[in-house]
Amino acid sequence: MSAASAAGQALTARLTPAQRRASALVKLSALALLLIVWHFVTVTEIVSPFFLPKPADVLRNFIRIVGSGQAWPDLKVTLFEFAIAGPIALVAGGLVGFLVSLTRYGARVFEPIISSVYAIPIIIFYPISVMALGIGPESKIAHGALFGFFPICLNTIQGFSRVDPLLIRLAHSTGASQRQLFWRIMLPAAAPTILSGVRLGLMLCFLAIIGGETIASIEGIGHRVVWYAEGMQTGNMFAYIVFVVLVAVIMNAALSLLEFRKGRS
Amino acid sequence: MTNETGRGAMAETLIKVEDVSHVFPAPDGGGEVIALEGIDIEIGRGEMVSLIGPSGCGKSTLLNVIGGMIAPSQGAALIGGARVRGPRPKEVAYIFQESALLPWATILDNIKVSLEFQKAPRATRDQVAREALKAVGLDAFATSYPHQLSGGMKQRAALARALSLRTDVLLMDEPFAALDEQTRMIFSEDLSRLLANERKTILLVTHSLAEAVFLSDRIFVFTSRPGRIKAVLEVDEPHPRSPAFMTSPKFNDLRNRLYELLRDEVLAAIGKDRQGLA
Ligand SMILES: Nc1ncnc2c1ncn2[C@@H]1O[C@H](COP(=O)(O)OP(=O)(O)O)[C@@H](O)[C@H]1O
Ligand SMILES: [Mg+2]
Repeated sequence: MSAASAAGQALTARLTPAQRRASALVKLSALALLLIVWHFVTVTEIVSPFFLPKPADVLRNFIRIVGSGQAWPDLKVTLFEFAIAGPIALVAGGLVGFLVSLTRYGARVFEPIISSVYAIPIIIFYPISVMALGIGPESKIAHGALFGFFPICLNTIQGFSRVDPLLIRLAHSTGASQRQLFWRIMLPAAAPTILSGVRLGLMLCFLAIIGGETIASIEGIGHRVVWYAEGMQTGNMFAYIVFVVLVAVIMNAALSLLEFRKGRS
Repeated sequence: MTNETGRGAMAETLIKVEDVSHVFPAPDGGGEVIALEGIDIEIGRGEMVSLIGPSGCGKSTLLNVIGGMIAPSQGAALIGGARVRGPRPKEVAYIFQESALLPWATILDNIKVSLEFQKAPRATRDQVAREALKAVGLDAFATSYPHQLSGGMKQRAALARALSLRTDVLLMDEPFAALDEQTRMIFSEDLSRLLANERKTILLVTHSLAEAVFLSDRIFVFTSRPGRIKAVLEVDEPHPRSPAFMTSPKFNDLRNRLYELLRDEVLAAIGKDRQGLA
Protein backbone atom coordinates (compact mmCIF):
# COMPACT_ATOMS: atom_id res chain seq x y z
CA MET A 1 0.00 0.00 0.00
CA SER A 2 2.73 2.41 0.93
CA ALA A 3 4.78 0.86 -1.81
CA ALA A 4 1.95 1.47 -4.23
CA SER A 5 1.59 5.08 -3.20
CA ALA A 6 5.36 5.53 -3.44
CA ALA A 7 5.21 4.13 -6.95
CA GLY A 8 2.36 6.46 -7.79
CA GLN A 9 4.34 9.37 -6.47
CA ALA A 10 7.33 8.36 -8.57
CA LEU A 11 5.10 8.15 -11.62
CA THR A 12 3.73 11.67 -11.27
CA ALA A 13 7.10 13.02 -10.22
CA ARG A 14 8.64 11.87 -13.47
CA LEU A 15 6.11 13.75 -15.62
CA THR A 16 7.42 16.73 -17.56
CA PRO A 17 5.31 19.94 -17.51
CA ALA A 18 4.04 19.12 -21.01
CA GLN A 19 3.01 15.64 -19.90
CA ARG A 20 1.32 17.08 -16.84
CA ARG A 21 -0.71 19.48 -19.03
CA ALA A 22 -1.65 16.57 -21.28
CA SER A 23 -2.72 14.53 -18.25
CA ALA A 24 -4.90 17.40 -16.99
CA LEU A 25 -6.43 17.67 -20.45
CA VAL A 26 -7.30 13.97 -20.46
CA LYS A 27 -8.98 14.28 -17.05
CA LEU A 28 -11.01 17.32 -18.14
CA SER A 29 -12.05 15.63 -21.36
CA ALA A 30 -13.25 12.59 -19.45
CA LEU A 31 -15.31 14.82 -17.19
CA ALA A 32 -16.71 16.72 -20.17
CA LEU A 33 -17.57 13.45 -21.91
CA LEU A 34 -19.39 12.23 -18.80
CA LEU A 35 -21.45 15.44 -18.68
CA ILE A 36 -22.27 15.23 -22.38
CA VAL A 37 -23.41 11.60 -22.13
CA TRP A 38 -25.40 12.45 -18.97
CA HIS A 39 -27.05 15.39 -20.72
CA PHE A 40 -27.79 13.30 -23.82
CA VAL A 41 -29.40 10.35 -22.00
CA THR A 42 -31.57 12.64 -19.88
CA VAL A 43 -32.67 15.04 -22.63
CA THR A 44 -33.65 12.12 -24.87
CA GLU A 45 -35.27 10.48 -21.83
CA ILE A 46 -33.46 7.21 -22.51
CA VAL A 47 -33.18 7.26 -18.72
CA SER A 48 -36.21 8.52 -16.85
CA PRO A 49 -35.65 12.02 -15.41
CA PHE A 50 -37.01 10.66 -12.15
CA PHE A 51 -33.98 8.41 -11.67
CA LEU A 52 -31.49 10.74 -13.28
CA PRO A 53 -32.28 14.46 -13.56
CA LYS A 54 -30.62 16.63 -16.19
CA PRO A 55 -27.17 18.06 -15.39
CA ALA A 56 -28.59 21.57 -15.63
CA ASP A 57 -31.28 20.80 -13.04
CA VAL A 58 -28.73 19.21 -10.71
CA LEU A 59 -26.53 22.28 -11.08
CA ARG A 60 -29.47 24.56 -10.25
CA ASN A 61 -30.30 22.55 -7.13
CA PHE A 62 -26.64 22.44 -6.16
CA ILE A 63 -26.31 26.22 -6.37
CA ARG A 64 -29.46 26.56 -4.29
CA ILE A 65 -28.39 24.26 -1.43
CA VAL A 66 -24.92 25.79 -1.31
CA GLY A 67 -26.04 29.38 -1.92
CA SER A 68 -28.89 29.33 0.63
CA GLY A 69 -26.61 27.76 3.24
CA GLN A 70 -28.98 24.82 3.51
CA ALA A 71 -26.08 22.34 3.37
CA TRP A 72 -23.99 23.96 6.11
CA PRO A 73 -25.56 22.38 9.20
CA ASP A 74 -25.03 18.90 7.73
CA LEU A 75 -21.51 19.73 6.60
CA LYS A 76 -20.73 21.07 10.07
CA VAL A 77 -21.84 17.81 11.67
CA THR A 78 -19.74 15.72 9.27
CA LEU A 79 -16.68 17.94 9.71
CA PHE A 80 -17.14 17.89 13.49
CA GLU A 81 -17.18 14.09 13.46
CA PHE A 82 -14.04 14.09 11.32
CA ALA A 83 -12.34 16.64 13.55
CA ILE A 84 -12.68 14.20 16.45
CA ALA A 85 -12.21 10.87 14.64
CA GLY A 86 -9.18 11.97 12.54
CA PRO A 87 -6.97 12.93 15.49
CA ILE A 88 -8.02 9.77 17.38
CA ALA A 89 -6.94 7.62 14.41
CA LEU A 90 -3.74 9.65 14.07
CA VAL A 91 -2.67 9.47 17.70
CA ALA A 92 -3.74 5.87 18.29
CA GLY A 93 -2.30 4.61 14.99
CA GLY A 94 0.95 6.51 15.42
CA LEU A 95 1.39 5.50 19.03
CA VAL A 96 0.56 1.81 18.60
CA GLY A 97 2.68 1.70 15.44
CA PHE A 98 5.64 3.28 17.18
CA LEU A 99 5.42 0.97 20.20
CA VAL A 100 5.13 -2.12 18.02
CA SER A 101 8.13 -1.01 15.92
CA LEU A 102 10.34 -0.65 19.00
CA THR A 103 11.26 -4.31 18.96
CA ARG A 104 11.97 -6.46 15.96
CA TYR A 105 9.83 -9.14 17.63
CA GLY A 106 6.86 -6.81 17.98
CA ALA A 107 7.05 -5.77 14.35
CA ARG A 108 7.28 -9.37 13.20
CA VAL A 109 4.31 -10.50 15.30
CA PHE A 110 1.95 -7.56 15.05
CA GLU A 111 2.48 -6.31 11.51
CA PRO A 112 0.88 -9.41 9.90
CA ILE A 113 -2.01 -9.26 12.38
CA ILE A 114 -2.71 -5.61 11.65
CA SER A 115 -2.23 -6.18 7.89
CA SER A 116 -4.73 -9.02 7.86
CA VAL A 117 -7.42 -6.61 9.04
CA TYR A 118 -7.41 -5.32 5.46
CA ALA A 119 -8.96 -8.60 4.41
CA ILE A 120 -12.07 -8.10 6.53
CA PRO A 121 -14.71 -5.47 5.71
CA ILE A 122 -14.51 -3.19 8.75
CA ILE A 123 -17.95 -1.87 7.81
CA ILE A 124 -19.53 -4.95 9.45
CA PHE A 125 -18.56 -3.52 12.83
CA TYR A 126 -20.62 -0.40 12.21
CA PRO A 127 -23.87 -1.87 13.57
CA ILE A 128 -22.00 -2.56 16.82
CA SER A 129 -20.97 1.10 17.01
CA VAL A 130 -24.56 2.18 16.45
CA MET A 131 -25.86 -0.26 19.04
CA ALA A 132 -23.33 0.85 21.59
CA LEU A 133 -23.19 4.57 20.85
CA GLY A 134 -26.49 5.41 19.21
CA ILE A 135 -27.22 7.02 15.84
CA GLY A 136 -25.68 10.37 16.78
CA PRO A 137 -22.13 11.54 15.92
CA GLU A 138 -20.49 9.17 18.44
CA SER A 139 -21.01 6.06 16.32
CA LYS A 140 -19.58 7.81 13.23
CA ILE A 141 -16.59 9.00 15.20
CA ALA A 142 -15.86 5.48 16.45
CA HIS A 143 -16.32 4.02 12.98
CA GLY A 144 -14.19 6.66 11.24
CA ALA A 145 -11.42 6.36 13.82
CA LEU A 146 -11.37 2.57 13.40
CA PHE A 147 -11.05 2.89 9.61
CA GLY A 148 -8.30 5.47 9.86
CA PHE A 149 -6.33 3.60 12.50
CA PHE A 150 -5.05 0.72 10.38
CA PRO A 151 -3.18 2.41 7.52
CA ILE A 152 -1.66 4.91 9.94
CA CYS A 153 -0.55 2.19 12.34
CA LEU A 154 0.81 -0.08 9.59
CA ASN A 155 2.79 2.63 7.84
CA THR A 156 4.18 3.80 11.16
CA ILE A 157 5.44 0.27 11.87
CA GLN A 158 6.89 -0.01 8.38
CA GLY A 159 8.43 3.44 8.46
CA PHE A 160 10.24 2.92 11.75
CA SER A 161 11.28 -0.68 11.24
CA ARG A 162 12.80 -0.05 7.82
CA VAL A 163 15.17 2.73 8.72
CA ASP A 164 18.57 1.97 7.17
CA PRO A 165 20.49 0.21 10.00
CA LEU A 166 23.70 1.84 8.80
CA LEU A 167 22.30 5.29 9.66
CA ILE A 168 21.56 4.01 13.16
CA ARG A 169 25.05 2.55 13.53
CA LEU A 170 26.59 5.80 12.39
CA ALA A 171 24.51 7.74 14.90
CA HIS A 172 25.60 5.41 17.71
CA SER A 173 29.25 5.62 16.72
CA THR A 174 29.14 9.41 16.76
CA GLY A 175 27.59 9.45 20.22
CA ALA A 176 23.90 10.20 19.53
CA SER A 177 21.60 10.02 22.57
CA GLN A 178 18.32 8.06 22.35
CA ARG A 179 16.47 11.32 22.00
CA GLN A 180 18.74 12.51 19.17
CA LEU A 181 18.48 9.13 17.49
CA PHE A 182 14.70 9.45 17.46
CA TRP A 183 14.34 13.08 16.39
CA ARG A 184 17.30 13.38 14.03
CA ILE A 185 17.38 9.91 12.44
CA MET A 186 14.36 7.67 13.03
CA LEU A 187 11.57 10.19 12.61
CA PRO A 188 12.86 11.95 9.47
CA ALA A 189 13.72 8.58 7.91
CA ALA A 190 10.27 7.18 8.62
CA ALA A 191 8.36 10.39 7.84
CA PRO A 192 7.57 9.79 4.15
CA THR A 193 6.08 6.36 4.85
CA ILE A 194 4.20 7.56 7.93
CA LEU A 195 2.80 10.58 6.10
CA SER A 196 1.44 8.53 3.24
CA GLY A 197 -0.24 6.29 5.84
CA VAL A 198 -1.68 9.35 7.56
CA ARG A 199 -3.00 10.68 4.30
CA LEU A 200 -4.65 7.40 3.39
CA GLY A 201 -5.92 6.84 6.93
CA LEU A 202 -7.51 10.27 7.28
CA MET A 203 -9.15 9.95 3.87
CA LEU A 204 -10.57 6.53 4.77
CA CYS A 205 -11.71 7.97 8.10
CA PHE A 206 -13.59 10.76 6.33
CA LEU A 207 -15.18 8.42 3.80
CA ALA A 208 -16.14 5.97 6.55
CA ILE A 209 -17.91 8.77 8.42
CA ILE A 210 -19.93 9.68 5.34
CA GLY A 211 -20.63 6.00 4.76
CA GLY A 212 -21.81 5.64 8.35
CA GLU A 213 -24.10 8.63 7.93
CA THR A 214 -25.79 7.02 4.94
CA ILE A 215 -26.45 3.80 6.86
CA ALA A 216 -27.81 5.00 10.19
CA SER A 217 -27.94 8.65 11.12
CA ILE A 218 -30.12 11.68 11.65
CA GLU A 219 -27.76 14.31 10.26
CA GLY A 220 -24.59 14.85 8.22
CA ILE A 221 -24.03 15.23 4.49
CA GLY A 222 -24.10 11.46 3.89
CA HIS A 223 -27.41 11.23 5.69
CA ARG A 224 -28.91 14.05 3.61
CA VAL A 225 -28.35 12.11 0.35
CA VAL A 226 -30.27 9.14 1.73
CA TRP A 227 -32.94 11.39 3.22
CA TYR A 228 -33.73 12.90 -0.19
CA ALA A 229 -33.53 9.48 -1.85
CA GLU A 230 -36.09 8.15 0.57
CA GLY A 231 -38.22 11.21 -0.07
CA MET A 232 -37.98 10.50 -3.82
CA GLN A 233 -36.47 13.94 -4.38
CA THR A 234 -33.84 12.88 -6.90
CA GLY A 235 -33.04 16.47 -7.92
CA ASN A 236 -31.97 17.34 -4.38
CA MET A 237 -30.39 13.95 -3.90
CA PHE A 238 -28.11 14.43 -6.89
CA ALA A 239 -27.29 17.96 -5.80
CA TYR A 240 -26.12 16.50 -2.46
CA ILE A 241 -24.20 13.72 -4.19
CA VAL A 242 -22.31 16.36 -6.18
CA PHE A 243 -21.79 18.27 -2.95
CA VAL A 244 -20.39 15.20 -1.13
CA VAL A 245 -18.11 14.36 -4.04
CA LEU A 246 -16.84 17.93 -4.11
CA VAL A 247 -16.18 17.95 -0.35
CA ALA A 248 -14.32 14.64 -0.64
CA VAL A 249 -12.22 15.92 -3.53
CA ILE A 250 -11.31 19.05 -1.57
CA MET A 251 -10.49 16.92 1.49
CA ASN A 252 -8.28 14.68 -0.62
CA ALA A 253 -6.49 17.67 -2.12
CA ALA A 254 -5.94 19.13 1.36
CA LEU A 255 -4.55 15.82 2.63
CA SER A 256 -2.24 15.58 -0.40
CA LEU A 257 -0.37 18.51 1.07
CA LEU A 258 0.77 16.04 3.73
CA GLU A 259 2.66 13.99 1.17
CA PHE A 260 6.39 14.26 1.53
CA ARG A 261 7.93 16.81 -0.81
CA LYS A 262 9.96 15.28 -3.59
CA GLY A 263 13.53 16.57 -3.97
CA ARG A 264 13.99 16.75 -0.22
CA SER A 265 13.58 13.01 -0.04
CA MET B 1 58.25 15.69 18.66
CA THR B 2 59.58 14.26 15.44
CA ASN B 3 58.08 15.95 12.45
CA GLU B 4 59.45 13.74 9.71
CA THR B 5 57.20 11.19 8.09
CA GLY B 6 55.66 10.30 11.41
CA ARG B 7 53.99 7.22 10.01
CA GLY B 8 55.70 3.87 10.09
CA ALA B 9 58.08 4.70 12.87
CA MET B 10 56.47 2.89 15.80
CA ALA B 11 55.90 5.73 18.21
CA GLU B 12 53.75 5.23 21.31
CA THR B 13 51.12 2.53 21.14
CA LEU B 14 47.64 3.99 20.68
CA ILE B 15 45.48 0.95 20.05
CA LYS B 16 45.94 -2.36 21.72
CA VAL B 17 43.91 -5.48 21.09
CA GLU B 18 44.44 -8.03 23.82
CA ASP B 19 43.58 -11.65 23.15
CA VAL B 20 40.25 -10.83 21.56
CA SER B 21 37.92 -13.62 20.51
CA HIS B 22 34.35 -13.18 19.44
CA VAL B 23 31.52 -15.62 18.93
CA PHE B 24 28.22 -14.82 17.23
CA PRO B 25 25.10 -16.93 17.58
CA ALA B 26 24.55 -18.63 14.22
CA PRO B 27 21.91 -16.90 12.07
CA ASP B 28 19.65 -20.01 11.99
CA GLY B 29 19.43 -20.19 15.77
CA GLY B 30 21.41 -23.36 16.53
CA GLY B 31 25.17 -23.31 17.14
CA GLU B 32 27.53 -20.39 16.92
CA VAL B 33 29.99 -18.70 14.58
CA ILE B 34 33.50 -18.07 15.83
CA ALA B 35 34.34 -14.81 14.09
CA LEU B 36 37.65 -13.98 15.78
CA GLU B 37 40.10 -16.07 17.74
CA GLY B 38 42.99 -14.87 19.88
CA ILE B 39 43.73 -11.54 18.20
CA ASP B 40 46.67 -9.68 19.72
CA ILE B 41 47.84 -6.52 18.00
CA GLU B 42 49.33 -3.16 18.83
CA ILE B 43 49.03 -0.13 16.61
CA GLY B 44 51.18 2.96 17.02
CA ARG B 45 49.88 6.50 17.01
CA GLY B 46 49.82 7.79 13.45
CA GLU B 47 50.10 4.37 11.92
CA MET B 48 48.15 3.32 8.86
CA VAL B 49 47.21 -0.33 9.03
CA SER B 50 45.27 -2.52 6.63
CA LEU B 51 43.30 -5.65 7.47
CA ILE B 52 43.01 -8.08 4.60
CA GLY B 53 41.55 -11.56 4.44
CA PRO B 54 38.78 -13.68 2.97
CA SER B 55 35.17 -12.55 3.30
CA GLY B 56 33.61 -13.47 6.62
CA CYS B 57 36.94 -13.85 8.45
CA GLY B 58 36.02 -11.26 11.06
CA LYS B 59 37.64 -8.03 9.83
CA SER B 60 34.54 -5.92 10.37
CA THR B 61 34.02 -7.57 13.72
CA LEU B 62 37.52 -6.57 14.83
CA LEU B 63 36.91 -3.01 13.66
CA ASN B 64 33.68 -2.92 15.64
CA VAL B 65 35.38 -4.25 18.75
CA ILE B 66 37.96 -1.46 18.52
CA GLY B 67 35.23 1.09 17.80
CA GLY B 68 33.22 -0.02 20.84
CA MET B 69 30.24 -1.16 18.75
CA ILE B 70 30.65 -4.81 19.77
CA ALA B 71 31.70 -6.10 23.18
CA PRO B 72 34.01 -9.05 22.44
CA SER B 73 33.22 -12.46 23.97
CA GLN B 74 36.74 -12.54 25.32
CA GLY B 75 39.65 -10.12 25.66
CA ALA B 76 39.53 -6.36 25.25
CA ALA B 77 40.50 -3.45 23.06
CA LEU B 78 42.28 -0.45 24.57
CA ILE B 79 42.66 3.02 23.14
CA GLY B 80 45.28 5.21 24.79
CA GLY B 81 45.51 2.67 27.58
CA ALA B 82 41.81 2.83 28.46
CA ARG B 83 39.59 -0.16 27.91
CA VAL B 84 36.93 0.34 25.20
CA ARG B 85 33.44 -0.23 26.62
CA GLY B 86 31.24 1.54 24.10
CA PRO B 87 31.35 4.05 21.24
CA ARG B 88 34.07 6.67 21.59
CA PRO B 89 32.83 9.54 19.45
CA LYS B 90 35.62 11.89 20.49
CA GLU B 91 38.34 9.38 19.62
CA VAL B 92 37.03 7.12 16.88
CA ALA B 93 35.34 7.94 13.57
CA TYR B 94 33.96 5.46 11.05
CA ILE B 95 33.77 5.27 7.30
CA PHE B 96 31.63 2.43 5.96
CA GLN B 97 31.30 0.79 2.58
CA GLU B 98 28.25 2.93 1.99
CA SER B 99 28.37 6.61 2.74
CA ALA B 100 25.53 6.49 5.30
CA LEU B 101 24.50 10.05 4.48
CA LEU B 102 21.06 11.16 5.62
CA PRO B 103 19.15 11.46 2.34
CA TRP B 104 16.94 14.29 3.62
CA ALA B 105 19.80 16.57 4.67
CA THR B 106 22.35 18.53 2.67
CA ILE B 107 25.97 17.43 2.73
CA LEU B 108 26.82 20.29 5.08
CA ASP B 109 23.94 19.45 7.42
CA ASN B 110 24.95 15.80 7.39
CA ILE B 111 28.33 16.74 8.79
CA LYS B 112 26.80 19.17 11.28
CA VAL B 113 24.42 16.51 12.61
CA SER B 114 27.36 14.22 13.37
CA LEU B 115 29.15 17.12 15.07
CA GLU B 116 26.02 17.73 17.11
CA PHE B 117 25.87 14.06 18.16
CA GLN B 118 29.54 14.27 19.09
CA LYS B 119 28.77 17.33 21.24
CA ALA B 120 31.19 19.54 19.36
CA PRO B 121 30.70 23.20 20.40
CA ARG B 122 27.71 24.61 18.53
CA ALA B 123 29.45 27.81 17.52
CA THR B 124 32.20 26.06 15.60
CA ARG B 125 30.18 23.35 13.85
CA ASP B 126 29.48 25.25 10.66
CA GLN B 127 33.07 26.30 10.19
CA VAL B 128 34.48 22.87 11.04
CA ALA B 129 32.07 21.22 8.60
CA ARG B 130 32.96 23.65 5.81
CA GLU B 131 36.68 23.16 6.35
CA ALA B 132 36.29 19.40 6.17
CA LEU B 133 34.35 19.70 2.91
CA LYS B 134 37.08 21.91 1.53
CA ALA B 135 39.75 19.39 2.52
CA VAL B 136 38.10 16.72 0.36
CA GLY B 137 37.32 19.13 -2.49
CA LEU B 138 33.56 19.20 -1.97
CA ASP B 139 33.14 22.81 -0.81
CA ALA B 140 31.06 23.56 -3.90
CA PHE B 141 28.58 20.86 -2.90
CA ALA B 142 27.83 21.93 0.67
CA THR B 143 24.17 22.59 -0.11
CA SER B 144 23.67 19.58 -2.40
CA TYR B 145 21.67 16.56 -1.31
CA PRO B 146 23.29 13.10 -1.31
CA HIS B 147 21.23 11.89 -4.28
CA GLN B 148 22.75 14.66 -6.38
CA LEU B 149 26.26 13.28 -5.84
CA SER B 150 28.10 10.41 -7.54
CA GLY B 151 29.19 7.38 -5.54
CA GLY B 152 32.76 8.68 -5.29
CA MET B 153 31.60 12.10 -4.13
CA LYS B 154 29.38 10.54 -1.49
CA GLN B 155 32.33 8.63 -0.09
CA ARG B 156 34.32 11.87 -0.07
CA ALA B 157 31.50 13.45 1.89
CA ALA B 158 31.63 10.53 4.34
CA LEU B 159 35.39 11.09 4.61
CA ALA B 160 34.81 14.80 5.25
CA ARG B 161 32.31 13.91 7.98
CA ALA B 162 34.81 11.56 9.60
CA LEU B 163 37.62 14.14 9.38
CA SER B 164 35.41 16.87 10.83
CA LEU B 165 35.04 14.84 14.03
CA ARG B 166 38.78 15.37 14.60
CA THR B 167 39.32 11.97 16.12
CA ASP B 168 42.69 10.31 16.59
CA VAL B 169 41.42 7.06 15.12
CA LEU B 170 39.75 6.44 11.78
CA LEU B 171 38.14 3.07 11.12
CA MET B 172 37.46 2.42 7.45
CA ASP B 173 35.45 -0.67 6.53
CA GLU B 174 35.89 -1.27 2.80
CA PRO B 175 35.35 2.41 2.03
CA PHE B 176 36.15 2.00 -1.67
CA ALA B 177 34.39 -1.29 -2.30
CA ALA B 178 31.35 0.23 -4.00
CA LEU B 179 33.41 2.54 -6.25
CA ASP B 180 34.69 1.88 -9.75
CA GLU B 181 38.39 1.18 -10.37
CA GLN B 182 39.40 4.68 -11.58
CA THR B 183 37.52 6.45 -8.82
CA ARG B 184 39.08 4.32 -6.12
CA MET B 185 42.60 4.86 -7.48
CA ILE B 186 42.20 8.63 -7.36
CA PHE B 187 40.50 8.38 -3.98
CA SER B 188 43.34 6.40 -2.44
CA GLU B 189 45.94 8.83 -3.79
CA ASP B 190 43.98 11.72 -2.30
CA LEU B 191 43.60 9.85 0.93
CA SER B 192 47.33 9.21 1.16
CA ARG B 193 48.05 12.92 0.62
CA LEU B 194 45.36 14.09 3.02
CA LEU B 195 46.36 11.76 5.79
CA ALA B 196 50.04 12.59 5.49
CA ASN B 197 49.18 15.96 7.08
CA GLU B 198 46.55 14.72 9.48
CA ARG B 199 48.58 12.22 11.45
CA LYS B 200 45.66 9.97 12.19
CA THR B 201 45.77 6.37 13.26
CA ILE B 202 43.92 4.41 10.63
CA LEU B 203 42.58 0.89 10.30
CA LEU B 204 41.50 0.09 6.78
CA VAL B 205 39.64 -3.06 5.78
CA THR B 206 40.10 -3.71 2.09
CA HIS B 207 39.93 -6.50 -0.45
CA SER B 208 42.33 -4.77 -2.82
CA LEU B 209 45.93 -5.90 -2.53
CA ALA B 210 47.14 -2.82 -4.40
CA GLU B 211 45.24 -0.49 -2.08
CA ALA B 212 46.59 -2.23 0.98
CA VAL B 213 50.18 -1.96 -0.22
CA PHE B 214 49.78 1.58 -1.51
CA LEU B 215 48.25 3.00 1.65
CA SER B 216 49.56 1.00 4.59
CA ASP B 217 52.49 1.04 6.92
CA ARG B 218 51.59 -2.47 7.98
CA ILE B 219 49.24 -5.07 6.57
CA PHE B 220 47.60 -7.70 8.77
CA VAL B 221 46.71 -10.81 6.82
CA PHE B 222 43.85 -12.82 8.34
CA THR B 223 43.19 -16.54 8.09
CA SER B 224 39.80 -17.76 6.95
CA ARG B 225 37.21 -18.05 9.70
CA PRO B 226 37.77 -18.25 12.63
CA GLY B 227 39.84 -15.15 11.92
CA ARG B 228 43.38 -15.17 13.28
CA ILE B 229 46.35 -13.14 12.18
CA LYS B 230 48.37 -15.17 9.74
CA ALA B 231 51.10 -12.70 8.84
CA VAL B 232 52.11 -9.06 9.11
CA LEU B 233 53.73 -7.25 6.18
CA GLU B 234 55.58 -3.98 6.57
CA VAL B 235 55.59 -1.36 3.83
CA ASP B 236 58.58 0.84 4.37
CA GLU B 237 57.80 3.87 2.24
CA PRO B 238 57.15 7.46 3.37
CA HIS B 239 53.80 9.21 2.95
CA PRO B 240 52.38 10.78 0.90
CA ARG B 241 53.02 8.08 -1.67
CA SER B 242 53.25 8.99 -5.31
CA PRO B 243 51.61 7.06 -8.13
CA ALA B 244 55.16 6.11 -9.18
CA PHE B 245 55.38 3.90 -6.08
CA MET B 246 52.65 1.79 -7.55
CA THR B 247 54.85 0.76 -10.48
CA SER B 248 58.04 0.21 -8.47
CA PRO B 249 59.60 -3.27 -8.00
CA LYS B 250 59.17 -2.93 -4.25
CA PHE B 251 55.43 -2.46 -4.67
CA ASN B 252 55.11 -5.45 -6.97
CA ASP B 253 57.16 -7.61 -4.68
CA LEU B 254 54.98 -6.81 -1.68
CA ARG B 255 51.84 -7.26 -3.68
CA ASN B 256 52.96 -10.71 -4.82
CA ARG B 257 53.85 -11.79 -1.31
CA LEU B 258 50.48 -10.63 -0.13
CA TYR B 259 48.82 -12.57 -2.91
CA GLU B 260 50.63 -15.78 -1.95
CA LEU B 261 49.62 -15.36 1.70
CA LEU B 262 46.01 -14.74 0.84
CA ARG B 263 45.53 -17.34 -1.86
CA ASP B 264 45.55 -20.33 0.52
CA GLU B 265 43.16 -18.63 2.92
CA VAL B 266 40.69 -17.65 0.23
CA LEU B 267 40.75 -21.21 -1.11
CA ALA B 268 40.24 -22.53 2.42
CA ALA B 269 37.29 -20.17 2.92
CA ILE B 270 35.71 -21.24 -0.36
CA GLY B 271 36.27 -24.90 0.58
CA LYS B 272 34.49 -24.41 3.89
CA ASP B 273 31.55 -22.78 2.18
CA ARG B 274 31.35 -25.66 -0.31
CA GLN B 275 31.33 -28.16 2.53
CA GLY B 276 28.62 -26.13 4.16
CA LEU B 277 26.56 -26.39 0.98
CA ALA B 278 27.01 -30.13 0.53
N1 LIG C 1 25.57 -9.62 13.91
C1 LIG C 1 26.00 -10.86 13.57
N2 LIG C 1 25.30 -11.94 13.95
C2 LIG C 1 25.70 -13.18 13.62
N3 LIG C 1 26.80 -13.43 12.89
C3 LIG C 1 27.53 -12.39 12.45
C4 LIG C 1 27.16 -11.05 12.77
N4 LIG C 1 28.08 -10.21 12.21
C5 LIG C 1 28.97 -11.00 11.58
N5 LIG C 1 28.65 -12.31 11.72
C6 LIG C 1 29.42 -13.45 11.21
O1 LIG C 1 30.72 -13.37 11.70
C7 LIG C 1 31.66 -13.67 10.71
C8 LIG C 1 32.62 -12.52 10.52
O2 LIG C 1 31.90 -11.41 10.00
P1 LIG C 1 32.62 -10.06 9.57
O3 LIG C 1 33.42 -9.54 10.68
O4 LIG C 1 31.57 -9.16 9.03
O5 LIG C 1 33.57 -10.55 8.38
P2 LIG C 1 34.37 -9.69 7.31
O6 LIG C 1 34.18 -8.26 7.60
O7 LIG C 1 35.78 -10.15 7.45
O8 LIG C 1 33.83 -10.09 5.97
C9 LIG C 1 30.86 -13.99 9.45
O9 LIG C 1 30.76 -15.39 9.33
C10 LIG C 1 29.51 -13.39 9.71
O10 LIG C 1 28.54 -14.15 9.09
MG1 LIG D 1 33.16 -6.79 6.53
